[in-house]
Amino acid sequence: MNFAVVQFPASNCDQDAIHAVRVLGHSARYVWHKDNALGVADAVIVPGGFSYGDYLRCGAIARFSPVMQAVKQFAENGGLVLGICNGFQVLTEAGLLPGALVRNRDLEFHCEHIHLKTLAADTPFTNRIPAGKLLRIPIAHGEGCYFADDETLALLKAGNRILWQYCDANGEPTDASNPNGSLLSIAGICNESRNVAGLMPHPERASEPVLGSADGRLIFESLIYAMQHPQAAKAA
Amino acid sequence: MRARIIVTPKKAVLDPQGKTVQNALEHMGYSGITAVHVGKYLEIELSGTDKEAARRQLDAAAHKFLSNPVIEDYRLEIE
Repeated sequence: MNFAVVQFPASNCDQDAIHAVRVLGHSARYVWHKDNALGVADAVIVPGGFSYGDYLRCGAIARFSPVMQAVKQFAENGGLVLGICNGFQVLTEAGLLPGALVRNRDLEFHCEHIHLKTLAADTPFTNRIPAGKLLRIPIAHGEGCYFADDETLALLKAGNRILWQYCDANGEPTDASNPNGSLLSIAGICNESRNVAGLMPHPERASEPVLGSADGRLIFESLIYAMQHPQAAKAA
Repeated sequence: MRARIIVTPKKAVLDPQGKTVQNALEHMGYSGITAVHVGKYLEIELSGTDKEAARRQLDAAAHKFLSNPVIEDYRLEIE
């Protein structure tokens, strides 16, 4: 499978994302922010970092870059798009995912491993995650507090679109295990058609045992499985 | 012409920055402060003299780009 990893000025998890895909035996290449087309791609990763210096708002400027118009088109045609950290912020700013990411409630930058609970297994991003398995994955962000109005939250819940929640080691989404104040402890969501997802934690930084956890690999394996078995993924 | 755009967090959005500034003000002995909201201020210089055209253009820009309507409100002033 071919992954396209978008590169903005000040993306800094792009190489990690490429590496995470390659260790799984698939190909990945960069797509520059000024490019108008993605080229041959089965899936797109919008990586973490501080695109355009996070000026104005995180993701606000990246959203209008030429490559994002191509990503939007790719998503509208049903292509799989995963936004990680800053990539999640870019996707919300672009309107591909609802809500917004605001300053962490304690105003601090959090760089630590957290536990994630997967709430929906029927998506191209979660199909390989065993039921009940908690993912131990790092976060590294200052503006990861998920916000959406009540109506949007109700839609996300009703549509089974909250993919991941922050939780404690027992799988409980407690207030103490919520690192940034996200509403409903939301760590990641998907769009209505379930082909675009975003999450604040970094699965690419937890894709090999040498990194302390290989749990993040399950998310990449899910994407690969979904692309290799389009019908199974739809039926799931 | 000069335009000013003041962007503030929506009331429903948690504003930890505003709350922290408020607490600091109270610590310093400033009394009677019931809330602080920290936002952004943009000053935009424009050529031309048509205020209404400038307002229409900047209103669109503020809605689409300079503020995020999901979390922020804005006020536009032109002089």
